[in-house]
Amino acid sequence: MKTLLSSLRQLRRYPSALGGVVLIFFFVVLSLYAVITVPYSEAVRIWSDHGERLANPRLARPVWFDWFTSERLPRTIVAGLADEEATLTEEPLEDGMKRVEAVIPIEYHYDGFPSELRMTMGWSFEPDVPRPLVSVYWRKPDGELILITEDVRTRGAQTVYIETLEELNARLEMRPRFGLFAVDRTVPREEREAMQGTYELIVQGEMREGHSLDDVSLTVYGRVHGAAGTDHRRRDLLLPILWGAPIGLTFGILAAIGAQMSTFVLAGIGTWFGGKLERAFLWITQVNIILPMLPILIMISHLYSPRIWTILGLVIALNIFSGSMFGYRAMFLQLKESPYFESAQAYGAGNFRIIFRYLLPRIAPTLLPQFVMIVPTFVFLEATLSVLGLGDPYLPTWGKMINDGYNQGALQMGHYYWIVQPAILLMGLGFGFALVGYALDRIFNPRLREL
Amino acid sequence: MKGALSRLGKYTGMRLVFLLLSVVVAVYLTVIIANMGGELDRIVEAQIRHEVNLQYALDPELQRLPPDQRQAMIDETIELELRKRGMDRPFFPQRSLDFLGEALSLQLGRARLITSDTHSFQVSAIILERLPATLILFGTAEILLFFFTLLMALFLSRRYGSVLDKLFISLAPTSAAPGWFYGIFLIMIFAAALRVLPWGGMAPSGVQMGFNWEFVSQLLRHMILPVTAILLSAVFAGVYSSRTFFLIYSMEDHVELAKAKGLSSRGIERKYILRPTLPPIITGFLMLLISMWMGQIVLETVFNWPGLGQVFYQAIVMNETAVIVGVIVVFGYLLCATVFILDFLYAILDPRVRVGIGGGR
Repeated sequence: MKTLLSSLRQLRRYPSALGGVVLIFFFVVLSLYAVITVPYSEAVRIWSDHGERLANPRLARPVWFDWFTSERLPRTIVAGLADEEATLTEEPLEDGMKRVEAVIPIEYHYDGFPSELRMTMGWSFEPDVPRPLVSVYWRKPDGELILITEDVRTRGAQTVYIETLEELNARLEMRPRFGLFAVDRTVPREEREAMQGTYELIVQGEMREGHSLDDVSLTVYGRVHGAAGTDHRRRDLLLPILWGAPIGLTFGILAAIGAQMSTFVLAGIGTWFGGKLERAFLWITQVNIILPMLPILIMISHLYSPRIWTILGLVIALNIFSGSMFGYRAMFLQLKESPYFESAQAYGAGNFRIIFRYLLPRIAPTLLPQFVMIVPTFVFLEATLSVLGLGDPYLPTWGKMINDGYNQGALQMGHYYWIVQPAILLMGLGFGFALVGYALDRIFNPRLREL
Repeated sequence: MKGALSRLGKYTGMRLVFLLLSVVVAVYLTVIIANMGGELDRIVEAQIRHEVNLQYALDPELQRLPPDQRQAMIDETIELELRKRGMDRPFFPQRSLDFLGEALSLQLGRARLITSDTHSFQVSAIILERLPATLILFGTAEILLFFFTLLMALFLSRRYGSVLDKLFISLAPTSAAPGWFYGIFLIMIFAAALRVLPWGGMAPSGVQMGFNWEFVSQLLRHMILPVTAILLSAVFAGVYSSRTFFLIYSMEDHVELAKAKGLSSRGIERKYILRPTLPPIITGFLMLLISMWMGQIVLETVFNWPGLGQVFYQAIVMNETAVIVGVIVVFGYLLCATVFILDFLYAILDPRVRVGIGGGR
């Protein structure tokens, strides 16, 4: 134990190892943050729930995208009757009718156009009489008034996707998200600019006394959202970014421990008993290292269960007789000759006592570099399965994010953030362990140290 | 010399037995997994029962028969159908072993849904069509990797401590990432952003396959990114470990002695450094090869490369048992062949094998 600690202390002499330690520490903190802020069940629920994401824009870039451009990209704006500046006026008409007008100001100070516009209205009225007659207008900062819809009988609670209004499209001769915001609608598409200032959404209704307009709200979807952006299903990508860390770390470390420890213990047992058992172990290993590991994993994941624990168990099982068996065997063979074991046998220690109390612990420290170096392999293995679309369907992971982005044509459409963010994190996690592993390798193998 | 040869033969023979044994185990595992441990048979059987019952229910002639006679006819038809498919016998062990035998002797059967470009359902046709694509991509990458790693490692061990040497050492941890990972980055940079190289595939759809200039040039263009991705994922760690071996061996006493004797540095390198270090380097390369063959499923999918890996992935998604087993068998034999060739090289190079100390590894 003491030698282990002193060896670890030597890590300080390797700047690259320090970098690795910092990286690993960062991912541990990120994992803790993820697990504490969004509990596991909550993460799974949000990731597969469709209802509550309507507030998010589709395919929005991360907010920090602004830092790299001179422009300020549009954020999502939600304006409604509840806003302070919004007004609701009523004006009585003849025959027990009235006209209601709601004016909702929208401050828009961004470069570029929004990605989508969605309006919701809530009206209350009695059944069996003519329903309120609704018109919606849009006033630009320069005073131009654009008609959105005119004289429509409302259905009560109503959602209007302004982008899909065919008449408005025809009137503006372009998509409404451009037409409603453009400084000059006559210039060609590339030169279009968004007008900045205070816009107004005007909702007018003619209806009987006793009917009312309860609620109006307009969502102007932006082009950037949150620290990580959103995907094609409006999901906030911060969730898989955060949760990818604990999943990747846990999977990588557990698989590495399981695979390494089992090989190590079996190598110890095999070498101690020798003879047929040892030969059998070596034969199994020779066969096992050539087995097509990934295809087997892919088949099991597709045909049986894609849950992450199944895969973890399988990975460990397939790595019990891994190639490091040969290396451990060589070490154990050397150790077995020392008189130490003869004396243990002389005082009557049982085989398993010797193996687990004397043989294994002597070599255990040398496990460390290999263990640390093998973690990235498993982290990337989980990502590989996810990238093929065979990862755990319930878990938001980095590999899943890359898979979604790749399948949705993120590269072709230029949504690089979707793939680059998880890829950099994966790289960081793998790199962290690899850096520490290489340094440990040098510390534990003195022959490498002077090189 | 004769003893050496027989030992060499014994060693390679043993290795061949092991390699074939692993192919058998791998294929048998695949047969069991792909048939879901016999579960697939029960699904097919239920399907047959349903179809036969439906056939009898729809035929007015047969409906006039007395019920017990009709039931007997139905049972007989089902029995016949099952026997025709060999499904009257249990999956374990007979049928699974039959499958294993057929697969190992390369009687690969027919696919249900996947066809080759010539619209053949024969699994062997599908695989033969895909094989050249895989071989050319991975063959090129492996050969480049092997020689580049070796030469670069030699070069660096001569220039130990130089800037380039330090660069390669510090880049070694990047090999933790698999090829597809770099592939995505390369596609993003060279296909999406710069638009100088193709996104994937082997050649544009209009180009006629074969030995014509246009196809070959397009093939080379399309191979740049996947080959680079493979190289990036393996080259730095490979150079690092080979270089370390070279350095360790060049500090041995017999090398010092050779230097003192005034032998040329090239000669020392060839005879005293390269010779003893090659066996472990080949072993390392072998392990790398094995993992690379597996990793190609993802790489081919990412690069839309029409090879074995891609068809294997399609087969799994479409539950094409025959294709899955077929690809694993061909994969297995290919891997077996490569490993065997490298093993043979190893045996020739490693004096311990010839002299017979330690018996190989």
